[in-house]
Amino acid sequence: MRWEFIFENTLRELLSANTIYFALAAIGLNVQFGYGGLLNFGQAGFMACGAYGMGMTTHYFNVSPWLGIGFGVTYSIILGLLMGVPTLRLRADYLAIVTIAFAEIIRLTVRSVRFKHYFGGSDGINSFADEFYTTKGWGIGGIDNSKRYALGPLEYTGYDLRVMIVGWILVAVIGTLVWLLMRSPWGRVLKGIREDETAVRSLGKNVFAYKMQALVIGGVIGMFAGLIFAMSRSSVQADNYSREVTFYILTALVLGGVAKVSGSIVGPMLFWAILKFIDVFMNEAVNERGQLKILGVEIIRATSDIGKVQYAIVGLGLMLLMVFRPQGLFGNRKEMALDGR
Amino acid sequence: MDAEMGTNFRDVARAALATCDAVPGSKKPDPILIADHVRRAFGGITAVDVEHVEIQRGSITALIGPNGAGKTTFFNLLTGFDEPNSGDWSFDDHKVGGMAAHKVARLGMVRTFQLTKSLTKMSVIENMKLGATGQAGEKLLKSFFPFFWRAQEAQIQTRAMELLSRFKLDVKAEDYAGTLSGGQRKLLEMARALMVQPKMVMLDEPMAGVNPALKQSLNEHIRGLRDEGMTVLFVEHDMDMVHDISDWVIVMAEGRVIAEGTPDDISSNPAVIDAYLGTHQGQSLLDDLPISGASEGWAQADPVGVAHFPDEEL
Repeated sequence: MRWEFIFENTLRELLSANTIYFALAAIGLNVQFGYGGLLNFGQAGFMACGAYGMGMTTHYFNVSPWLGIGFGVTYSIILGLLMGVPTLRLRADYLAIVTIAFAEIIRLTVRSVRFKHYFGGSDGINSFADEFYTTKGWGIGGIDNSKRYALGPLEYTGYDLRVMIVGWILVAVIGTLVWLLMRSPWGRVLKGIREDETAVRSLGKNVFAYKMQALVIGGVIGMFAGLIFAMSRSSVQADNYSREVTFYILTALVLGGVAKVSGSIVGPMLFWAILKFIDVFMNEAVNERGQLKILGVEIIRATSDIGKVQYAIVGLGLMLLMVFRPQGLFGNRKEMALDGR
Repeated sequence: MDAEMGTNFRDVARAALATCDAVPGSKKPDPILIADHVRRAFGGITAVDVEHVEIQRGSITALIGPNGAGKTTFFNLLTGFDEPNSGDWSFDDHKVGGMAAHKVARLGMVRTFQLTKSLTKMSVIENMKLGATGQAGEKLLKSFFPFFWRAQEAQIQTRAMELLSRFKLDVKAEDYAGTLSGGQRKLLEMARALMVQPKMVMLDEPMAGVNPALKQSLNEHIRGLRDEGMTVLFVEHDMDMVHDISDWVIVMAEGRVIAEGTPDDISSNPAVIDAYLGTHQGQSLLDDLPISGASEGWAQADPVGVAHFPDEEL
């Protein structure tokens, strides 16, 4: 068993592109769900806005990727308004239903054969991010894509490093903005709405407007997550924006602790590190012994089984978390102990 | 508050109301709220059907009536939390019929709720500060830059602390509102409503679930509101309290206003007694009871007790 290899891979995941896009999406979801109590199950839809906004503009129109960001922002604002207008006056569960439906409509539309010409069908759009990865791309000079760079004990390729620099700057900036927002009176109103929107309305606040703002802000942040994801893969594929993605992000958020900016960043780091650890560990074990037995029961026969077991273990871990630490790692236990009404 | 000033407001209100006829829909010398033909039906049931009501400015007016009389629904309509089938009303010379609830609140008509709505996972002081209107920091773009709102926030904090100490909640300021007792939540809700700086405070059953000692202090607080020049309209089942503090009483039954008058007028009004106790009052209830075993409890039911069930009409 190469423990050093296992741990290096695990630690590397803490800062990886996966973690970045999850963190961004979780920060956005936190604005909606953690602070505002809005049950958005369609974060993947907002991410698709960013990915396709970027992918389509740079690939088909051959214009600057900066414009792609503009398109992504525009799409996600429109999506937020479309989701919000019919549902935000209703109870929270309606929003959940509509958001999940919207995200699926987007995914099925962009992967459909009918619109293959625009969105590339299930193959998606590929190799649109070339400009980003050129030596001078996006103003990040001096990074050689093929070289390996050491970050403490960890090594990253220049290719990864480029995404990480842009990604973590985005996480830092957006995280700070959200933190500022939530300690302002605006954030106070939003938290009030989460607790009891009728009470907030009785105090003269336009609850609908605040909910809409929160939905759109969270969505635009989610859009940036899709953008980073698309850039890191240099491809946009419809099935990367399916329902599970939203739920994994929600899982990572709960793991870190809701209604905390730190929670929405550390949660995804741990989520991916744990996934990676289980993956690499089991791979090592299976490669070494040809199988994996736990308490004499054969769990895994071939490496192809690992993916399923990986998520089963994460699910089990999450259940234990809910039982023993329902507030997540960074959440506030005292807040959690207070019942809803 | 200033005792001299206090008596003044009370006497002014009572003197003005003494000139009014004790009939449903009676005209007031200086009404702050005028409602006309307000009707609200749920399916086939007409919950509220109020012909005409005026509330005298600067008075404490009680809205009473048996369960299901439509008091809370009428409250919800007036404050914009429900939409009427028809009707019109104005508050302080603004037409507010059909206006959104938050706009009504901004005009200065602020309500509390029968089931207290404290924002449990926020501290008491945060609850209070949320009540202040016209906050620059509540605007999205300005909220990012504390220098736009820091000074105002400090003022709001001071005002909130003053109110909290008046309601004896100042020691709880940093606690979560969810840790407060039921009575303290009632106080917090009232204090929070005052943060809006209302002209009129509408209290939906302020005494429900409150112990007798706290009732006394709540009474004082409600009088205090009037003595500062605010108008108070409250729904209540506690007849002692109604008699104690209100300057005027409006009685609803089956969605209509059936009587109006000073507390003394009302307590002797036969229509009111009918509404509460049915037309067969004075007759033994045992006559209607098929099971004689249940007679003991029924025979002792006191008239006020009948109206003590919590009625959640929201």
